[in-house]
This record gives sequence, C-alpha cells and structure tokens, in this order.
Amino acid sequence: MSLLAPDVDSVVRLPQQSVRRRVSDRAFLIVLVISFGLALAGLVALLWYVFDTGLPAFGPRLWRRFPSLNPAISGARSAVFGTLWVLAVTASLAVPIGIGAAVYLEEFAPADKWYTRWIALNIQNLAGVPSIVYGIFGLAFIARGPIDLGPVVLTGGIILALLVLPIVIIASREAIRAVPESIRHGSFALGATRLQTVRRQVLPAAVPGIATGVILALSRAIGEAAPLIMIGAFTYVPFNPTGLDSKFTVLPIQIFDWIGRPQEGFTQLAAAACILLLAILLAMNAIAIWLRNRYQQRW
Amino acid sequence: MLRIPGSSPNDPGILRARRRYGERVVIGILFCCAALSVAVTVGIVLSLIPPTLEFFREVDIFAFLTGTDWAPLFVPAKFGVLPIVMGTIVVTICAISVAVPFGLGTAIYLSEYARPRVRKLLKPLIELLAGIPTVIYGYFALKFISPFVQNLWPVGDSPGVFNALSAGLVMGIMILPMVASLSEDALSAVPHGLREGAYALGSSKFEVSTRVSVPAALSGIVAAFVLAVSRAVGETMIVLIAAGGTPNMSLNPGEAMQTMTAFIAAAGTGDLPQGSTGYKTIFAVGSLLFVATFMMNVFSNRIVLKYREVYE
Amino acid sequence: MVNRETPDLMEADATRSLRTPVIVLTRGVETEALSNVGEADDPQTVFSVRGLDVHYGPTIAVAGIDLDIPARQITALIGPSGCGKSTFLRCFNRTNDLIPGAKVSGSVLYHGLDLYGPQIDPVEVRRRIGMVFQKPNPFPKSIYDNVAFGPRVNGQRKGLDEVVEHALTRAALWDEVKDKLKKSGLALSGGQQQRLCIARALAVNPDVVLMDEPCSALDPIATSRIEDLMVELKRDYTIVIVTHNMQQAARVSDGTAFFTAEVRDSGDRVGVLVEYDQTETIFTAPSDSRTEGYITGRFG
Repeated sequence: MSLLAPDVDSVVRLPQQSVRRRVSDRAFLIVLVISFGLALAGLVALLWYVFDTGLPAFGPRLWRRFPSLNPAISGARSAVFGTLWVLAVTASLAVPIGIGAAVYLEEFAPADKWYTRWIALNIQNLAGVPSIVYGIFGLAFIARGPIDLGPVVLTGGIILALLVLPIVIIASREAIRAVPESIRHGSFALGATRLQTVRRQVLPAAVPGIATGVILALSRAIGEAAPLIMIGAFTYVPFNPTGLDSKFTVLPIQIFDWIGRPQEGFTQLAAAACILLLAILLAMNAIAIWLRNRYQQRW
Repeated sequence: MLRIPGSSPNDPGILRARRRYGERVVIGILFCCAALSVAVTVGIVLSLIPPTLEFFREVDIFAFLTGTDWAPLFVPAKFGVLPIVMGTIVVTICAISVAVPFGLGTAIYLSEYARPRVRKLLKPLIELLAGIPTVIYGYFALKFISPFVQNLWPVGDSPGVFNALSAGLVMGIMILPMVASLSEDALSAVPHGLREGAYALGSSKFEVSTRVSVPAALSGIVAAFVLAVSRAVGETMIVLIAAGGTPNMSLNPGEAMQTMTAFIAAAGTGDLPQGSTGYKTIFAVGSLLFVATFMMNVFSNRIVLKYREVYE
Repeated sequence: MVNRETPDLMEADATRSLRTPVIVLTRGVETEALSNVGEADDPQTVFSVRGLDVHYGPTIAVAGIDLDIPARQITALIGPSGCGKSTFLRCFNRTNDLIPGAKVSGSVLYHGLDLYGPQIDPVEVRRRIGMVFQKPNPFPKSIYDNVAFGPRVNGQRKGLDEVVEHALTRAALWDEVKDKLKKSGLALSGGQQQRLCIARALAVNPDVVLMDEPCSALDPIATSRIEDLMVELKRDYTIVIVTHNMQQAARVSDGTAFFTAEVRDSGDRVGVLVEYDQTETIFTAPSDSRTEGYITGRFG
C-alpha cells in the first residue's frame, strides 16, 4: 500500500493541475485573440469610417472634375491622372532596374566577394530609410540642385522609383531563388550559357513571384505623399499632366490638401478620394493574388 | 559514318572558349542595376551632408542638440531641436505600445495557435492593413480617433483636435502588421524539435509559447521591435495630419506636437528660398532622422542575419 | 544519320576545317604529353581520364582516377553511396564547375582534348556532352519547348518540328505525346518526364549522354523502358551511367567501373576507382576482393 500511495496522490492531483493549466492556457489564447482582434478592429473601423463618410460624395465627378474651391463641384481628375503618370514613370524605372539588380545578385554576383555582400546589405538598409528622406534627396538633387528638373512628373516618378526599388529587388530575389537549381542544371547541361539560362528558364519561371512583388511595390508608391510634398508637388494643379515635364498632383496629396480644409464638404471629398485610392489598391492586390494563384509553380 | 558532331573530333576549335561580348555587356548592365542602390545611398548622404555642414556654420551644433526652443522659420529664429525630437519620441512611444504587444500577440497566435487554414485566411487581412496609404491613416486618426481621445481623456483638460496620442495610436495600428510578420518569421524559424521536446515533457501550449518559442525567437523579435521604432520615427503623413504643427517640449501625449518628419514636410511645403538658413534646417533635421533610422535598420538587419545563420 | 545534320552545322564544319593547322599543332603537344598512355589515341576511346582528383573546398571527394570510356558503349559506374561516382560523372561535362568551391585536377581527355584545358569553354563542352539527371527535371514549359530548348539556345530557328519529333521518337516518347506537345512537361508521369529529359538531351545532337542514376526516382516498369531505350541508343551514342542498382548495370552496360570510398589517415572519405572491366567479368570474376564483396552484397 505504501508503495502505491504516491501513485494515488498523483492521480488525485493531476486533474487539479491540468485545470489550472487549462485556465492559463485559455487566458493566454484569449489575450492573443484580442491582439489579433485589435488589428482587425482597426482595419474594420478604418474602412467603415472612410466608406461611411465618403460614399455620399463618391461618384464619377471624382475623376471627371478638376479640383475647385467649391467642394460641391470639386473633383480629383488632375490627381487621378497625375497618379497614373507618376506610376507609369515609377514602374518603367523601378521594374527593369529592380529585376536587373535581383538577377545580378542571385545569378551572377560572386557570393564570396565583399562588394556583393555590401550591395545586398545596402539594399536591405535602403528599404528602411524613411520616405521623407527620399523626398529631401529628391529636393536637393533632382527637383533643385544639380539636375534641377523642378516639381514635375519625371521628378516624382524617379523619387518613387528609388523609394520602391529595394522592395522590387528583394521580392524578385526571393522569386528567383525559389526556382529550383535542377532547372538551371538541366539548362546548362544542354549547353545554355548562364545568361540564356536566366533569360529563358529562370526568369519565366520566376515571373509570378516577381509580378506579385512589383505590384506590391507599386501599391506602396501609389499611396506615398511625403516625398512628393518635399519636391514641391503640394500645389494647386487644376490640369492633367501633358508630359514628363508637367507639374502634377497625386491622389494622396489631393487627400492631404482636402483634409486640411475647414469645410465639411472637403472632409467628405477627402474620404471619397480615400475610397477611390483604396479601390485602386484593392484592384492591384487582387491582380497580385490572382497572378500568384494562377501561375504559381509547385516544384 | 562515325557519329561525332562537328568536324574532326580532335579539333580544339569546337570546344574553344567563345568571347561572348554581348553577354558580358548584359552582365555589366545588370551589375549597374545592382550598383545603383549604392549610388542612391551615396546620393542621399551627399544631399544631406553639405547643407548640414553649412547649417552648423551658422548655428552652434551644441545649441542645436540641446536647445529647447524650436522656431527656425520665425524671426528671431530659434534652433533648439529638442522639442521636435521629444515630439518624435512621444509619438513613437504611443505607436510602439500598440504595435509591439499586439503585433507580438498576433504573431504568436498565428504561428503557435492558428490552424494552417485559419492562418491562410487571416494573414492577408493583416497584410491588408500594411498596404493602406499613410495619408488615409492620417485622416482616420484626425477625424475618427481624435474625437474618441478627446471624449475619453481621463485627467485634466481634454486634448485638442490635434494631439500626439491619436497619431501615435493609429501609427501603432499601421506598424502592427510589420511587427507581426517579422515576429512570425522569427517564431517559425524556431526548429520544430524544440517545441516537440517541450510538449513531450508535458508542457501546455501556453508554456511552450512563452518559455520555448518566444525565448528562442527573441533575437528576431528584438529586430522587429527595433525596426518598428525606426518605422515610427520615420513616418510622416500621420503626424503631419493628426499631431499638429507646434513644436512642444512636453511629455503629455494629449498635447499637439511636431515631430522631426512633420517639421521637414511642413518646411518642404513652404517653398523656402534655397540657401536660406531655414532651407538648410530641413537638411540638418533630415540628417538627424537619417542617422537615427539608419542605425536602427543596420542593427536590426544584423540581428536578423544572425538568427538566420543559427537556425538555417 | 545525315538528315539529322542541319545546314547550319554543315556550314560550321566547313569553317572549322580551315583551322586545321592550329589543331594539329595543339594536338601534337597533347599526344606528346600522353605518349605513355597507349589507349588515348584509340579512335574508339571517347574519354580518357588520367590522375583525376576532385576537391570540394578543403576536402577531397575523388582521387587518382584513371579510366577510358569506349565509344558507343554503355559504361556503368557503380559503387556504394558516397563513393564519388556522381561527382566523377559530372567531370565529363564540367557540371562540377557550377558547384561553388569544386576544383578538378588531372586530365579528362575528350577525343584527345583536355576538357579542363585553358582554351576550353565549358558551355561548348556541355553542348556536345549531354546529361540526364537523377530526378526528372523537365522545364516548366510545354513538351515541345522542353525538347526545342537545346537547339534554340544553340541558335537553331528552323526545322525545330523535325528535331523535336526525331528526338521524342528516339526517346520512345513520341507516340505517347504527339497529340499533346503543347501540354506542360510537368504534367507527364515520372517515367515519361525522364524520357522527355532524354529526348531533350538528344535534341542537341550530342556525342555522349551522361546519366546520373536516371531510374532511381522511377517505378520498375518505367525503369525497364528507360533501360531498353539506353540499349537502343548506344548504337549512336556513348553512354555513361551512374547507378546504385547492380542489376541495372548488369543488364544494360558493356563495361563497368567499380568505385568505393576509402578512409584516409586524415579521416577523409575519398572516392577511388577499384577496377574497370567488361561487365560480365566484373560480375562473374572480379579481380578485386572489394568488388566481389560489393557484388555479392557483403557491403554497400
């Protein structure tokens, strides 16, 4: 009996312990779900508020009418077109350069050389530089300073391209790295050079991943206001850009402008423009997700 | 017929190295693309240093770093940077106290508790938060959160429309997804065997999470924390819209404050004449901001590289 | 045979013959260096390996290999895992170059030419010496594009349809895929994928086909189809196959080289060639006791 005693004891105590444990376990899970819920609540509140305020003012006039001092007839046509122009410049610079850099780093750069590591580290760090600092750079070097383009579409496009370049590079590198080595070896074994292998095998196989990264980078660019404010794009622009050397405004700047105005009508307009901006972003993200699901290769 | 390709198999020409000049040119271009990022860094530094040096020729650096009066665009101008540094710190603390605990909680939930299917459903929602433009967050902070803060303020005078707290809280929500995803990366890099070992000893999920997974992923979580601070310090639009435009040497988050970024943006909209001391102030503050965030980024990237080496 | 040669290649032949004087000179130097090796000049010998060592960084993987590979035969490389047979195989088309830190010393003569000579372009080497890998690795493209890829990177633009059909026919895959050439190569079964990879290698009209355990990922039926194919192909191609399957070596190969791993004093495991002989001899009367031990299943 005395030998059995401890056993009986533990049998009796075990359920008690596990109750306490279950409580702490459950409490912890509740805390976690609350933290997660806070993020979701933030998202829902933001969307609800923006839509609730903005929907009455939302309509085709946003992209049909130019901004005006009267909120009742004001629109964001110049901002919509300015956004498209700047985005086109940004994409045509950041996409080829970013993919080129990623291809170099993944396929050609000698891994053991100091400069390769240096470049990779530098890109990591650039990704964390505040966007307003890019704005200062744009102000000092491109809008004024040595290049002196002024606050025009090209300047805005260049600044945003430099801003999102690290994102494009990092995403493209990951997509290229995900292409299995066996594909490269198969290609080399047929007498393809490294460049032929990259161009005809690796890049096509990495396109879905690269495209996803590019779209995410461009959606970052589309929402940026601070660096463009710095180069002097925060002005009244009641016309569409006509070329790379046109003055311009973009949706985020238009929203910022409207937020700062006292009239209730402009507050609503700002929310309506937020809806438009969110809709554009949502469409871009939907394309990214579709691309990822449609073309993702399982190896 | 002997089945050997080309002409005589003994011809070394058939295997002789080709020069492939075109290929070299393309590789050179690719290298330039990669090197451009270095040029950008150099360009940023070069655009900051000369005006900053000129600024310090006109303003005493000691007075700049310790002065408590910031009015660089007024007459007489005052160049004590501490008020806007303080504003940055207060807003950052507000943001971090939302982003880090809740972001970490989200990460633990997603990596330790959520089933794969649930995670697959919930993760994009969190990522959606990260994709919302900051100007919309600013709008949300000013028009939606600020009234709450004003109404629910517990002690003393109710805050004004512009206050550091609303900006900071919303910024916290904005940064939360980044903290969550970086922490989750760190948590999922912890080898599964470690957890299984703890479960085998009869630990509950709570114990495994708090005593095994989180400590093992701590360096990655610290990296996420540092990067979150860097993001908060560098964020512009939310504070520009919602925190107000008055430099304020105060620790009370209910007051209106100006941060370093908001000052830069506000000065940038003012179309200051090139070469004026006010114009150079932008660069002096910009340098301070750049150095602070860059150091944090380098530090955090270091940590991430280290833990990747340990576990991979 | 002749109809497989494209006009491009014939033209190339003509230009090459102009270089003959240079060639004779270079070759003279090389034969001199090898005068003590009798078989190297034999036109029936495709590869002649002398004193080959392969290092991965500081560790040596394969050491001191001397071996001749006869033309239009199947040569099997067998041995326990970790004996360096795959590493050795990769020396024949310089795929070891792709592995960081790998270093090859000694000589691999291909029709008397040192593949590791200073003048040699590894890309050109791989255009003549094809390879089939352990795991089928079709490109994520259509069946047609998989086969046409090799000719395309070699600059061929016309007559691809014929090349594709011919290569697929040679690889005994044509009848199964002729109606779905536009379908992805990844949609095929494992055995079909491997035959696609063989067709892909044949499409560049190689002299030699290297196979690195080509059946290890396949089921018995698919394996036997590939084995039949190998026997069929050796009329036109020199085949070197690495296999861990002794029955396979016994079934298909003409000559067999047995490798093993030796533990050196330093503690390194180094792959060495134990013996090479006619397959029949290796399997019935091996001269080395280690070979016999492996064959009879005493180790491995």
